[in-house]
Amino acid sequence: MSEIQIADVAMRFRTRHGEVRALERISLTVPDGQFACIVGPSGCGKSTLLMIAAGLVTPTEGEVLVNGKPTLEPGADRGMVFQSYSLFPWLSVRRNIEFGPEIKKAPPPERRKTSSELIRLMRLDGFADAYPNALSGGMKQRAAIARALANDPEVLLMDEPFGALDAQTRQIMQELLTDIWQRYRKTVLFVTHDIEEAIFLGDVIYVMTSRPGRIRTTLRVDIPRPRTFDTLTGPRFTELRNQVVGIIHEESLKAVESELVRA
Amino acid sequence: MSRAPAARVAPVPSAARPRRRRGFIRTYLTPKQAIPGRARVILAIGSFVFVFGVWSLLAALVQNSSPQYGALFVPSPYQVVVTWWDMMVNLSFYNDVGWSTFRIVAGFLLAAAVAVPLGLLMGSFEAVRSFFNPPINAIRYMPASAFIPLLILLQGLGEDEKITIIWIGVFFQLVLMVMDIAHRVPDEMLNVAYTLGASRWTVFYKVFLPATFPEVVDALRITMGWAWTYLIVAELVAAEHGIGSFILIAERYLRADRIIAAIITIGILGLFTDTLFAIVHRLAFPYVQKVRA
Repeated sequence: MSEIQIADVAMRFRTRHGEVRALERISLTVPDGQFACIVGPSGCGKSTLLMIAAGLVTPTEGEVLVNGKPTLEPGADRGMVFQSYSLFPWLSVRRNIEFGPEIKKAPPPERRKTSSELIRLMRLDGFADAYPNALSGGMKQRAAIARALANDPEVLLMDEPFGALDAQTRQIMQELLTDIWQRYRKTVLFVTHDIEEAIFLGDVIYVMTSRPGRIRTTLRVDIPRPRTFDTLTGPRFTELRNQVVGIIHEESLKAVESELVRA
Repeated sequence: MSRAPAARVAPVPSAARPRRRRGFIRTYLTPKQAIPGRARVILAIGSFVFVFGVWSLLAALVQNSSPQYGALFVPSPYQVVVTWWDMMVNLSFYNDVGWSTFRIVAGFLLAAAVAVPLGLLMGSFEAVRSFFNPPINAIRYMPASAFIPLLILLQGLGEDEKITIIWIGVFFQLVLMVMDIAHRVPDEMLNVAYTLGASRWTVFYKVFLPATFPEVVDALRITMGWAWTYLIVAELVAAEHGIGSFILIAERYLRADRIIAAIITIGILGLFTDTLFAIVHRLAFPYVQKVRA
């Protein structure tokens, strides 16, 4: 059982121009083994929400609970994958993946077994001893995901992990991630601005409003798994996509308008 | 998105392709364009040939027009080499080189030993930064050489005065460089370590410190070069031994050849330390991809 609950979280920043409300009363629960996606217009605070979930940012109000227990600090129970800069350049791919187990003082043979398995699963064979600088963008993110999984977290938090990749690589990565997820059945909270990505990957999609970010709609993605490349061309996929595109477009317009009013 | 089969085009055998010669302008005058390796070597050697050529020519001209004093003021490269050898054999110039090197190493190590830890702390903790940054920033603009008279008053003419000058010259620059390096460590890198279960202390020594090391070594390398400048100035003002004092004495005896030989010696020593740093960098941080310097 690994479930993450975001309970009445609100976030306000104090700036020179007064108080900025970034997030407003957000509550959601990702039950055990669910893949939940958060999409929203840029600047809606979805990344902030994920930082709060990870414990890296303290919310102004509300709390984050893992398996019903409130969390105060970041920890190994919530593994995170960022968009960039996250691999340690001075460690080989294998040492990067073993970073979490090493901190936990797992015995070396066990660490090695874990990393070998993930290197194989993430198709990083032959690159175990390479440094991150030698990897392509897609490989770097595969290694970052492997590192998060090696730690066996309760919840996997992903902040636009494929945002910096080109479209082709992103598609391949999404397919790989669904495969991996089917295998490990982790509870995942995945933030993205890519609507198709959210539908392709998620069981549930939370669509956020423009600032102050709230959850505007919750959509269940009833497309059966395993999802493959053909999912993308199915009628249900198109239907869902159009629905989300409409909402996001509306919210983006609102965001632009409010910026114009302020200007 | 459609799934069209990848077009299969047979590669043209390279032998069949006519070899295209790229024009001179396109090869050498495209900004940031790499040039052929051989051209790079030729240019590097050529620059030395050019410098020595101009120098030799100048010396020949001056010595021709003034046979009596020409060699005294504008010696040729060959004369300088002969003088250098003479300095080593008859004037124990190596002794002065030794003294200068000792002062540099001592002053630089003492400066780095304080500047690197303090800079790292300033870069990572805002409290430390807020406390130390304003005075250091102000002192940085005070030229180290301006402290020489004051230090002679306070410390006399001994080694501690020389070492203090180098310390002042290096410390205030280095500490701010290191602070900046520490400050630039991406937050994501630290955050990801926290979410892997690392404690604050673990994040500090297993992530934060290693993330700064390569650039810190670079900063050391750059400030080492400045240390030489401050030392020579200090030695020129007042010193019993050292390359700077050797230069001063040579000036009194109107020996331009010795001055030039001494200056070139400093250049070679600098090149040597720089190479040493580069080698250390390459061995210690094999993962850093560096642009060819």
